[in-house]
Amino acid sequence: MRFELTEDQRDLASTLEGLLSASDTVAVARAWADDDTAPGLALWKRLADLGVTMLATDASPVEVVIAFEALGRHAVPGPWVESAAYLPVALGREITGVATVTVPPGAEGLDADVADEAYLALGGDLFEAVHGDRIVSVDRTRRLFESTPTDPVAHHDLDAAFDLAVLATSAQLLGAGERVLADAVTYVKQRKQFGREIGSYQAIKHALADVRIALDFARPLVLGAALGEVPASAAKVQAGDAAYLASRTGLQVHGAIGYTAEFDLSLWITKVRALLTAWGTPAFHRARLLEALVGRDD
Amino acid sequence: MDLTLSESELAFQAEARAWLAAHVPAEPLPSMDTPEGWARHQEWEATLAEARWSVVSWPEAYHGREASLVEWVVFEEEYYRAGAPGRVSQNGIFLLAPILFDHGTPEQQDRFLPTMATGERIWAQCWSEPEAGSDLASLRSTARRDDERGGWVLDGQKTWSSRASYAHWGFGLFRSDPEAQRHAGLTYFLFPLDADGVTVRPIAQLDGEPGFAEVFFEDVFVPDADVLGGVGAGWNVAMSTAGNERGLSLRSPGRFCAAADRLVDLYRDSPEGPDRDAAARGVVDAWLGAQAYRLYTWGTVTRLAGGGDMGAAGSVNKVFWSELDIALHETGLGLLGSSAEEESAWLDGYTFALSGPIYAGTNEVQRNIVAERILGLPREPKPHPGGGR
Repeated sequence: MRFELTEDQRDLASTLEGLLSASDTVAVARAWADDDTAPGLALWKRLADLGVTMLATDASPVEVVIAFEALGRHAVPGPWVESAAYLPVALGREITGVATVTVPPGAEGLDADVADEAYLALGGDLFEAVHGDRIVSVDRTRRLFESTPTDPVAHHDLDAAFDLAVLATSAQLLGAGERVLADAVTYVKQRKQFGREIGSYQAIKHALADVRIALDFARPLVLGAALGEVPASAAKVQAGDAAYLASRTGLQVHGAIGYTAEFDLSLWITKVRALLTAWGTPAFHRARLLEALVGRDD
Repeated sequence: MDLTLSESELAFQAEARAWLAAHVPAEPLPSMDTPEGWARHQEWEATLAEARWSVVSWPEAYHGREASLVEWVVFEEEYYRAGAPGRVSQNGIFLLAPILFDHGTPEQQDRFLPTMATGERIWAQCWSEPEAGSDLASLRSTARRDDERGGWVLDGQKTWSSRASYAHWGFGLFRSDPEAQRHAGLTYFLFPLDADGVTVRPIAQLDGEPGFAEVFFEDVFVPDADVLGGVGAGWNVAMSTAGNERGLSLRSPGRFCAAADRLVDLYRDSPEGPDRDAAARGVVDAWLGAQAYRLYTWGTVTRLAGGGDMGAAGSVNKVFWSELDIALHETGLGLLGSSAEEESAWLDGYTFALSGPIYAGTNEVQRNIVAERILGLPREPKPHPGGGR
């Protein structure tokens, strides 16, 4: 019985953290949102060189969680869930380059214009896909395109692929939530009103404490899902709720500055909102969990 | 990362499961806050102790099995899954015993632990006072030195003392140095609740039963042998109890996992309709919360086994389980529809859950601890004496 990361896993986390901290990911994300994808694709290559795109096929879901938490913490743009979680399982191979896939209940292809390969899952089958018109997301770094199926392709277990994508999204939400909390804590220690740091007021303290608690109880479900202890849906619901609470609270304690596009907090607030419903809404995952629970015999 | 149990842990689990299946009373015992229920719960403690299941993590010399932390969690999981009775000895075995092991003299350990393990002597916690609740350090009950008799004389009043209506002994904090401020000058005492000068006045709780009491002290003599952890060291000694109470030991995950499973059963058997529809989300969230708490606890156990400590994480824990417990039982009552007001196990569980965010340090106090000690937010400035800033 040992429920904590191994030394190798902690090393992976700190390597990713080091790389992303030094990569000005905020500038990369902002450029990506403005259709300047060159810096993002350069960062993509560095992360792929580090092995992020081969974790789904060559490592365990725990490593996938570690990588996606880091991607979420640093708001790294691009079709990572598609290329490094869903498709490696669906196609049974590592993706070299950039790939995207449209999977119901979602209907859009993320960043399809930069993808070397594009797919669409439909009725238990997988097709190649072409993209059409652009759709604007609340998260401007999520560049969505209409997607149309063409030729069918051979595939592996699409349900397993979906579950790994759900898990990866949960980890991204966890990372984004942690980032918002950390930035909010920094801010309320600096910002003074009525003669003292606003972080010394209980109204602020208790709100941020609730975010800490929510994230602390989302993490074990994300890691637990990676180990197969609970379904991926459990991770998605809990991480989604926690990250959303973080984003609402983070915005509130920042006040008006947090509501501006210019202030970097906006990247995470909009991303959390988008990821909350990506790869299955909270209601979809709760319904899935309820069905599994009620159908259980013990 | 490995969530599997070892072979010896699995054997321990199987033994616990088999014993519980054979011995847990088929019918729930009456409330432990009634005279009959109290006696039945004490008998149950004796039955547990006989088979060495009452205090599995204690040394064998004190009726334990020297179970590891992992085994303790496993036992608790089995205990609640089996629907076994609440622990009337809880305040003693979970709150006082860790302090006795850490701070007690060998003589005190030998004198107090065996009867605690068998449930022969039940302990009550005497902390809060009418004017010292969340601000426990402002307590006013005093301990006066009596050199002639070799001990201390207690005076004052404690309140909200759980189990004190029927319990045999109490433990509590008293101000032994009237000159010292707040946290300094407090001493931890152990005393019989039938001692001369002690008056216990039971207080009926929301459910009408006297689950706690006021305890009055008037010139109550306590010998030096019943001071726990040194004169003036009471605050630090007591805070190690608080960590236990908030953290792992008070509310084991097994309790919530078992309750969540019962909630799923209740949902499955409920008639279709608006009450069932409205409860669906609560059922899933209760199950998720219980699983999160279970896995979180394994993380804590791993950390503790590696030599780490709980730190302020006990406060994170306490807010989570106390709110989970209420939400879970609210959902249960929701499924009972218009009969929710009628006497039932769900109603008992709900009423008990309502006390969770209040006892063991209110959740407001816990959120301050999380904000200040974990997030590092600044403490609130102390108001100047006499009011104003």
